[in-house]
Amino acid sequence: MADFKYRTCTLSGMKIEQGSANLIKWNVIAALATLAVGGLMAFLVALTRWPSIHFLSLTNYYRFLTLHGVDALLAWIIFFEMALVYFASSVLLGTRVRAAWISWISFALMLIGGALINTIVLMGRADVLFTSYVPLKGDPLYYLGIILFAVGALIGFIMFFVNIYYAKKEGAYKRTLPLGAFGIAAASIIGVFTLLHGAGIFIPTFLWSADIISYVDPSAYRLVFWGLGHASQQINVCAMVAVWYMTSAFVVGGKPVNEKLSRTAFILYILFINLASEHHLLVDPVLSTWHKIVNTSYMMHLAVLASMIHAFAIPASMEVALRKQGHTRGLFEWLKRAPWGNPAFSAAAISILLFGFLGGITGVIFGTEQFSIIRHNTFAITGHFHGTVVAGTTVAFMGFTYLILKYIFARELIWKGFASIQPYLYGAGVAMLSIGMMSAGTFGVPRRHYDISFSGALFNHTFDPMVDIFLGMMGIGAILSVTGGILFIAIGFGSMIWGKKIE
Amino acid sequence: MAIHEPERVWWKPLSKDERIWVAVALVWMLITFIYMPVYHFIGAQNPPAETYAVKPDQFDKLVEAMVAKHKIGEEKGVPIVQAFPDEPVFIRAKMWEWYPIVQLEKGKTYRLHISSMDVDHGFSIQPVNMNFMVLPKYDYVLTLTPTQSGEFHVICNEFCGLGHHAMVGKMYVK
Repeated sequence: MADFKYRTCTLSGMKIEQGSANLIKWNVIAALATLAVGGLMAFLVALTRWPSIHFLSLTNYYRFLTLHGVDALLAWIIFFEMALVYFASSVLLGTRVRAAWISWISFALMLIGGALINTIVLMGRADVLFTSYVPLKGDPLYYLGIILFAVGALIGFIMFFVNIYYAKKEGAYKRTLPLGAFGIAAASIIGVFTLLHGAGIFIPTFLWSADIISYVDPSAYRLVFWGLGHASQQINVCAMVAVWYMTSAFVVGGKPVNEKLSRTAFILYILFINLASEHHLLVDPVLSTWHKIVNTSYMMHLAVLASMIHAFAIPASMEVALRKQGHTRGLFEWLKRAPWGNPAFSAAAISILLFGFLGGITGVIFGTEQFSIIRHNTFAITGHFHGTVVAGTTVAFMGFTYLILKYIFARELIWKGFASIQPYLYGAGVAMLSIGMMSAGTFGVPRRHYDISFSGALFNHTFDPMVDIFLGMMGIGAILSVTGGILFIAIGFGSMIWGKKIE
Repeated sequence: MAIHEPERVWWKPLSKDERIWVAVALVWMLITFIYMPVYHFIGAQNPPAETYAVKPDQFDKLVEAMVAKHKIGEEKGVPIVQAFPDEPVFIRAKMWEWYPIVQLEKGKTYRLHISSMDVDHGFSIQPVNMNFMVLPKYDYVLTLTPTQSGEFHVICNEFCGLGHHAMVGKMYVK
């Protein structure tokens, strides 16, 4: 048996094994690198959607849009979730990652898959966008890239269960996981069934693009694809909520007010949130009315209930902890005295606020049967998911990166002043972007559309002139958030290289 | 704490605040849960579900037969067709055109059949902003009654290749 070297983190008191720390570090590095690429794409694409600038050429717009989805939605977030999986199943329990070589294979598969997708798309051999709805056909290597990435991620999520099995056997925890790890367990369960949906649709599509099978039904594709496409956003929700709880605990010593309630909420996510993916299909042919009603009305609200519970429990945990520190005057002294200058804390708070009010509420509204008619495939939908996955998940993960830099990389942050404003800058930018998109969408502006002045079309439709104001708002929001994003990447990589070592 | 294992007995009863919050959230969820299907029956507007399987060449023949029978004009090379409530109205999506232009009458109820010849398209009527998916090999039937007259555009809002942004059609309501 090899020797496993442990060190004790002086800031958090956690026992950290070197091999596990390396896995976490490299997944965070890959996450930051892909976010940098995805963010650059975001900037170029947003400048193109801003009619007064209309920056990119036609083919580059759709290619960069595809890559923005692949790098910013898929790669950055899943690489970071892999880091969270290893963090929660080893460091948090004071033990190590088992069979680390399997996790390294998973990392390699994700890297190879991601690189393959990027290359094929840039070569112009898969102009099919992120959803790649059949019968729009891309190069088989594009689908192969997705399969490799997904298999890598699937292995990573499965390793979570292997790790906690051995951790329990060894006595690293006695009865149940800490709540943070419990949330990542929920994320991993959703991860496994989500990625199986992915296999279920991308393997046949790969075979079809390679001319081995002759037909993939366009309606079935949409149904199963969204079992991957939306359900994978629920991995993000679970991981993000787990990050909120952990941040509250690390930064202010927050303690969940009621473990039973918070854990029940995670179980509601596992059971019901997958069905919410049906709302992509509300104005599709083929599916029956009752099918649509049951899946979006009945089941979805049970998952929304879970979010409502977390929305109560997490701020409550912060309030209780801050009051214990002596900030007890009046109703709001605790809020005033919260560590707003600490980017890990402010990022979590901004993420909770924006996820709830921008992303969550609009998701529930747009996901109703009748509302879908006036929102489906408009820019409002893009605004909604930038409220969830960017203002929510990405901001939360950015905040947690600051903690990982300290605990796992054992480095002080560089540019502390910039770091403390980064979450505000980024959050404000994304909020503007998201509201701009949603408002433009209510006037019918379509999503994923190169030119809303319809150049070269037989007939020319002109949108309400208000649209220009909202798209300008989106553009300014994009500039702000990209500035915040550049700061984040610079502070992240800068601290890894030049940050003062924490002994 | 969320980063430590909870004490041995962690399944404690909810406090009063928590019970109130969960109860309010649950009641709210139940109201929206019941109201959505209820609205399906009392509301004026719902996404249709009527669908038939159709081969692209069969659908194409139906479209051409309708155009030959009811053509009343032409605009930029695209035929304008008078629609009738007792006959099916066909609209064909194809990279990158909507065909033909249909002319409806306000207050009458029509059955619009939409299908695609090639890939997925998005049938988006502007400026009223109503959106439906168009899939190849499926005939999706929209039963609709125009409530305002004028000139409407049909834009494509599902990515369908590089000419996607130029896929704009027209519709008249008299």
